[in-house]
Parts: sequence; C-alpha cells; structure tokens
Amino acid sequence: MSGGVDSSAVAAMLRAEGHNLIGLTMQLWNQRRLAGHEGMPEQVTGRCCSLDDVYDARRVAQQIGIPYYVVNHEDRFERDVVRPFVEEYLSGRTPIPCSLCNNHLKFDQLLVVARQIGADRVATGHYARVGYDDARGRWLLKRPADTSKDQTYFLFGLTQEQLSRTLFPLGDMTKPQVRELAAKHGLAIAEKLDSQEICFVPGGDYKRFIDAYLAEQGESLPDTAGELVTTNGKVIGEHSGIHNFTVGQRKGLGVATGSPLYVIQISGAQKQVVVGGEEKLYSKSLRAKRVNLISVAELTEPMRVSVKIRHRHEPAPAIIEKSGDDEILATFDQPQRAITPGQAAVFYDEDVVVGGGWIT
Amino acid sequence: MRRVYLDNNATTPVLPEIFEAMRPYFADQFGNASSIHHYGQDTRAAVESARESVAALLRCRASEVVFTSGGTEADNLAIAGLTAPGDHIVTSAIEHHAVLHACKHQEEAGREVTCLPVDARGLVDPDDVKRALRPNTGLISIMMANNETGVLQLVEQIGAIAAEANILFHTDAVQAAGKVAIDVNKIRCHALSISGHKMHAPQGVGALYVKKGTRLQPLFYGGRHERQRRAGTENVPGIVGLGKAAEMAKAALDCGDTTKLSAMRDRLEHGILAQVEEVAINGGSAARVPNTTNLRFDHIEGESLVIALDLKGLAVSTGAACSSGAIEPSHVLVAMGLRSDQARSSIRFSLGKQTTDEDIDFALALVPETVARLRELSPRYTKPSVIARS
Repeated sequence: MSGGVDSSAVAAMLRAEGHNLIGLTMQLWNQRRLAGHEGMPEQVTGRCCSLDDVYDARRVAQQIGIPYYVVNHEDRFERDVVRPFVEEYLSGRTPIPCSLCNNHLKFDQLLVVARQIGADRVATGHYARVGYDDARGRWLLKRPADTSKDQTYFLFGLTQEQLSRTLFPLGDMTKPQVRELAAKHGLAIAEKLDSQEICFVPGGDYKRFIDAYLAEQGESLPDTAGELVTTNGKVIGEHSGIHNFTVGQRKGLGVATGSPLYVIQISGAQKQVVVGGEEKLYSKSLRAKRVNLISVAELTEPMRVSVKIRHRHEPAPAIIEKSGDDEILATFDQPQRAITPGQAAVFYDEDVVVGGGWIT
Repeated sequence: MRRVYLDNNATTPVLPEIFEAMRPYFADQFGNASSIHHYGQDTRAAVESARESVAALLRCRASEVVFTSGGTEADNLAIAGLTAPGDHIVTSAIEHHAVLHACKHQEEAGREVTCLPVDARGLVDPDDVKRALRPNTGLISIMMANNETGVLQLVEQIGAIAAEANILFHTDAVQAAGKVAIDVNKIRCHALSISGHKMHAPQGVGALYVKKGTRLQPLFYGGRHERQRRAGTENVPGIVGLGKAAEMAKAALDCGDTTKLSAMRDRLEHGILAQVEEVAINGGSAARVPNTTNLRFDHIEGESLVIALDLKGLAVSTGAACSSGAIEPSHVLVAMGLRSDQARSSIRFSLGKQTTDEDIDFALALVPETVARLRELSPRYTKPSVIARS
C-alpha cells in the first residue's frame, strides 16, 4: 500500500470480497536523506515513502479495518535499486529503477515477508493481468484493460513462482473506474494525484540526485568527461561527463552545427559521446541480456513478437531468437528510433508478455 | 483471538487501582491546583501527596520532585537546564533518543558532547567516564537501565566519579523506576528522570528529580508552577496516577515482589533457548531489570517476526520505530557490537505487573514455531547440518 489510489482501491476491493488481508507499506527510501545537499529540495512531500503517503496508507487500512504494518527495506532498496541506478548512468546507460524495484523488492523481498507472516499471495495496484494458462502450463502476465496505464513493461522480470503468488486486481479496470471505486468506499485518497516520476529522485532531476547521493556517500563523482565524436569518429568537441547524456538526446550537446545533432551512442569505456544526424538514431536490431521468459520456458526457435523498448513506446513487430548464453537478439521489421542501453526490451505476443531482457 | 502483551517497556496498562485513584480528578475534583479556593485546595493536596509518594520511591525530598509531561521532557529539562553554552556533556551511545537527540541539539546550541561506547554486555565503563572528563565538563548523563536490553548501568560508580570531580550527574531512570530500588543518595545524582506510563501510570506524565540547591534553567516560561522549574497547569489526574503508581511500586519493591517478575522472565528466556536453535540473549551477561529480555534469533528479520507474532496475538517489539512506523536497526545493539543484521534479528520481550504465567505459556507455544516458519522461508537461512561424530 503506497498510500495512492490504486493500492488503496485494491485493498478496499479485496476486503469487500471477504479476503483475509494484511496491509503492508514498504519503507524504501528516506526522502529527507539528501535534503539540504546542493540542488536538493529541503522538503519533500506527496511522494512514495514520504510520511504523508504512509499516513494515507495507514488511514485507508484503519478505515477498511485490516491490520497494517510498515516494513523497512531501505538497505535492500539502496543496494539493489539506488546504487545500480547511479552506476548505470555513470557507465553511460539509462536505467529503469522501477523494474529493479519490482524484481528485487516488491515481488521478491515483500513476497518473502508476506509468506513469513502467513499470507499466501501479494496483491498490488499495478495495471496488469496475471493468470494460469492450462494449455501452456505456465503463469502468464498480460496487458491490462486500461492500456494507457499498462505497467507490464516494468514487470517482465517476474518468475513463475512470483506470478503464482501475485494478484493484480486492477487488471480489468480503467483508472476512472478505480477512482470511482475508491470514492465509493469513502477513501479520502480517491482524488489523489498519480505519481509520475522516479520515487527517490525529486523533480526528476537525476543528475542532481547523483551528485547529492555521491556527496552523501563521501564519494566524488568519477570524471567521465571526454570527447564528443561523430559517427565517423571525428572529434568535434568535449563533453562534461557521460552521465549527462542519454541516447536520442538533442539539447545540451554544446556544439553548433548546421543540422541538428543527436546522441547516437555512449561509450562508457572510452568516455565518448557519439553524435550524429537523426537518421543515425534508427537501428534494426537489439541485443538483450539477463533475460526472463514468462509465457515460454525457453526460446528454442525464432519467434514473431512485438518489442517494446521503453515505457512510452508502441511495441514494434520483430523476430526474437536466442543469440547466446542468456542473450536474445531482436530484429525489427522497421528500424526503431533511439534503442537505449540500460532500458528493457519487453516482448509481447498480442497482450501476453513473452518475456524481456536488458538492452546492451 | 487471545492477545498477550509483552511490550511493557514501550508502555504499560494503567492498573485498576491507579485508574480508580485518578478517576475523581477528571470531572468531580477538577480544580486548578494553583487556585486559592476550595477546588484548587483539593487538587493541590492531591498533587502534593503524589509528590510525596514519588519522593518516597526515589528516596528524596518532595520539594526535589518536578512533574513533567513524561520521560522525554524530564530528560530534555535536565540536559538543557543543567548546562550552559560552552559546557561539555558526557553521555553514552545507548541512551534513549530523548537523551541522545537532546544532547545533539545542545551540541548545535554550543555545548560539546562526548558519547561513550559500551562493551559487548552493554555496559558503560566508569573509567571511560572518568577519562572523558574535561575542565569544562558540566554534566554526565548515563542511563540507569536500558530500554532495549534492560541492562543496569553502574550508576553508583559513575555517581562517585561525578561527585569527586564536582560535576553534575543526570540519570535517565525511566526503565528502572518501579523495577529496581532507586536511591538518589546512593547514586549521588543531581537529576533523575522517570516516566509514568512505563510503571502503570498513564501516558503524559513523568517527573524529574532535581537535587536541592542545583540550579536548573526551565524549558518553558509561564506561570510559577513547580517552583518555577516547569511552567504550565499541572496534569492533576496524571500526577495522581504517577503518585499512586510510585506508592504501589515502592510497596512491591520493599517486599521483594519483583522476584515473581524475574522468575517469569527467566522461564520465558530458558524456554525459548531450550526450544530454538541459534538464539542469544543480548545483554544477558550483565545485571538487568527483572522484566526485560532481548533475544537475537539469527537468520530472520525481527520486523517480520514482530508482525507474524502480532497477527497471532503476541505483542513484542524490535528496535525503534521511526516516524513512518518502520523499524530501524537498534542503535543500542549496534553499539554493543552487533552487526546490523544481528541487530535486526533481535526482539525485545518486556513483562509487566499484569503479566501472568499463562501469558508466558502462550509466548512459549507461539515463538518457537513462528521462528521456525520464518527461517524456513528466509533466503538467508540454511538449517545447520548435523555433524556426524567420529
């Protein structure tokens, strides 16, 4: 229970259905931890893990009459989400902390706690569907009814064991219906705004977050400044550090040329940022590592799917095939713009999630 | 569902006799103790009578007792009120946050603070106190009994050091009051804090003993209450409750009644140690108050154990709840040298006057099976293998 509309509605709904429920909130990050560091706000409110949200979640639990606890997973969150987030940027990749959080915290650590305290399943307010498919003999993850809220992209890492113990009660509902349900149950949070950004990065400014976090840790920002080169290898300038760039970025390159330039590639080893014209942003294939397959146990032969390469991306037709140990090659029918290392590639067969991996 | 409460170091239920003593002072005898009329005289008598009971418990003069809103205020009053900017304060790493954070605040307000370590038993070495003294040391604040482990500090030795060096000595006796005999003359302290709700009086009342002749700067400014040491209309029902609790505690201590409590605590401790593998008693090798045991169950998250036990009807605690209600690893256990994961796998059981043998039976039936289930489901745990004997 995050204190938001979705998980609150789930709790009210399951309670009304007569389930034996326990409300849990994960304390993952102390929002005041970096307050006062340069560029960080003094006060952070209305965000995941803020006191206001815990207060809201607790009030909902009290209102619907279920036991409620806050469980502290700050250490694990920092180790498995925040640290990798910082390190990915410093290596020239663009990370997705929400997937790491789902894989390591929400559907791993939280599930362990849930089972330890006597619960059989974990229900969350994610927009997705889960169900057992007799024909395939596998648990399937599917896109939700409200495709505008689809969160399956962040859930591709769930294992069969995790899916078998997960409930997504909002899978068949639209957001307006969820708000209506919360209002019908008299929950004060029915009109609460949706959270949008990465929960631990205030204002979405990840560069300032990295600076503040490293300063807090007593570490200095590694010097990742280097050359700005064209796709032909010609050095055309300098850049301030690879973590300031993301593939597809156009602004802030600090060079003036006749035609617009984009970041095409970031080379962590050489500290180089490769720039070029927009046409150079398109590529026909990607390789994904650390693969998790859901609808099939193994990819024994090439498979026709749609591949989603970032959260706001319309899945594009492609063929996927095994290309190495724990690696999949996806070849698109049409070249895709700004395929970004560090992001996830998630494979869909209609609304069924086949699996996914991390773009290299 | 049957519920058993073994978290009496967090708070205690108001005992029926104490509740009855307080009852008239809500509606019938409601006067302001400072008023000159009949109503005021009535409550003034009750407040002064309570003061005498508290004084009897602490073996001090009634005029040396200052009523406060609780232990935290008493600690803050002592630390702020007995020091001045430029002073040096000696305290320890295992103090309650009411002392630690008050000291930290004073550090920001121009005092110097030395925070002494403890050994593996949880004891502050009196020689460390002696060595920490500086020419500008104005106050030593070392607790009498620790809230998490129940370990009793060597306050009489520390008091002797303070007296010899002519330095003020405050002790937070919130977890000691009512559990062990307290004699401020033996401790030779200048200030001592107690809290009502840790000894079966209600929440919202406490007291600070301040030795006669000790200059104390108040925290609040207002009326001339409590001999100008604590402004604000007295919480009469609370004070009456604290007085009654002190009276009852003294009577029980005088006739050795706490042995019943320590026998129950020991039975709980031995029972768990006999049934569960890989358990250790934190602070078990030091002298402790009779109601507390802090057990470390290796390979589990104490937080999950507390929740699992609560869902089955047993209330215990771990660490200190932070503002969200989440649990942070205990600074006390970490100071005793436990690793963070060991601190997180520790649980405190604390008994009260209402605790019965049946309550202990209930805990002994529930804890071993719950720990076993948690370990079975813990990714951190592998069952110790039986080593074949040669």
